[in-house]
Amino acid sequence: MLQIECPWCGPRDQSEFSCGGEAHISRPLEPDALDDIEWADYLFFRKNPCGRHYEQWCHIFGCRRWFNAIRDTVTYKFIAYYEMGANPPELD
Amino acid sequence: MKKKYSIFSIARNALTSHANWQAAWRSSDPKKAYDVIIIGGGGHGLATAYYLAKTFGISNVAVLEKGWIGGGNTGRNTTIVRSNYLWDESARIYEKSLKLWESLSQDINYNVMFSQRGVLNLGHTLQDMRDIERRSNANYLNGIDSEVLTTADVARLVPILDTSPDARYPILGASLQKRGGVARHDAVAWGFARAADQLGVDIIQNCEVTGIQRNEGRVSGVYTSRGTINASNVGIVTAGHSSTVAEMAGLRLPVESHPLQALVSEPLKPILHTVVMSNAVHGYISQSDKGELVIGAGVDSYVGYGQRGSFSIIEGNLSAIVELFPAFSRVRMLRQWGGIVDVCPDACPIIGETDVRGLYINCGWGTGGFKATPGSGWVFAHTIATGQPHALNAPFSIKRFNTGALIDEHGAAGVAH
Repeated sequence: MLQIECPWCGPRDQSEFSCGGEAHISRPLEPDALDDIEWADYLFFRKNPCGRHYEQWCHIFGCRRWFNAIRDTVTYKFIAYYEMGANPPELD
Repeated sequence: MKKKYSIFSIARNALTSHANWQAAWRSSDPKKAYDVIIIGGGGHGLATAYYLAKTFGISNVAVLEKGWIGGGNTGRNTTIVRSNYLWDESARIYEKSLKLWESLSQDINYNVMFSQRGVLNLGHTLQDMRDIERRSNANYLNGIDSEVLTTADVARLVPILDTSPDARYPILGASLQKRGGVARHDAVAWGFARAADQLGVDIIQNCEVTGIQRNEGRVSGVYTSRGTINASNVGIVTAGHSSTVAEMAGLRLPVESHPLQALVSEPLKPILHTVVMSNAVHGYISQSDKGELVIGAGVDSYVGYGQRGSFSIIEGNLSAIVELFPAFSRVRMLRQWGGIVDVCPDACPIIGETDVRGLYINCGWGTGGFKATPGSGWVFAHTIATGQPHALNAPFSIKRFNTGALIDEHGAAGVAH
């Protein structure tokens, strides 16, 4: 069981959270200007890395606020947390 | 030449205390070049190599496996085989697979213990039952057997299910595919490996692919932990690791890899003679020939490559199983494990060409790849051998994510993850 640190509520049990998938995907400002390949890339194609992953999480059974996290997809260990809209912290 | 397995070979080997059985396949060292390289020695990769050699006459083939044969998802699933999918495209490819299963043991001279004990999909709400009737009717139209059962039918077939109206999620009925069932998963990997080896395919274990060599938009070989191997055709069949291998050729995929868990109980005397699946409470269960209850759980929602999942998933899964089968409440679980499944946005696989000429990919089977093993291998072998997808896998091109022609099997096919 993972322990996840909500930036607002502190360390809580994983079952209180839901994972919102890859972070830093922004909806294209002009969808009409995209071709089918670019639109598909935005909708469906993902990084899916084996290692460090930048993700969105929501403390769904808590404060219900979203935040970003960096997590290792092999060890499942959380490496850093940061706010929505913020740039990810620099890591080695 | 390998000796054929038969009742006589068992008797003959019994006389020498079974000390002289031949190895099931050669331990090959990689040659400098092959006609076709298959990356990934799981069931799908081995089946691809077997059908390439047997059906399409291409036997200068290497299967590269980074670990050992049967050590990945092929040995980590719940062994269920069925073809009762909703949409025409999926129904056809899974039914092709089921037809191959029905004669597979004879075909590859290896007992894969395919047991058509029936697969029951339970309905717990009015909407479940409407979906089940719709799916069963769709199955009829595609020539796939499916029956709609009432609660009384279900109670007669599986008396240990709690079919009382005061159950928390009462069972209102079910669909039954009698031709569905289970197979011995390790035997599938070993059987395909042995049969492919016999036709001249090199099976190379402990050989990890580290890069994909390309030349002017065309694949020319692979870099591996055991040196560079040339080939003008390469097939990627690496399930949970599809994204990382595809990235070696600069390809991006619409899949995400998730841990999917399963567990087995201590062995019991025969108590459950069919496969029972429930979408609504989310659990699926069958009893192995050894007597263990084989139970499938759900995926974790986060991306994970660790071959293990969350405890909360098991907890939710077992509470669903105990709701359905109160008699199992004191059964102890023996083992639990996870496999990495690559899930597509529409819960259907990707089988076909890529933007790199000569490089083919077979991935995205998500949580339901085991049942498709022979069919997936067959259509992928056709695609590699002819350079063109077969009619059965043409709808499963990666291009469907650009055209929008998705095949949405999420929730339509028995158990949604």
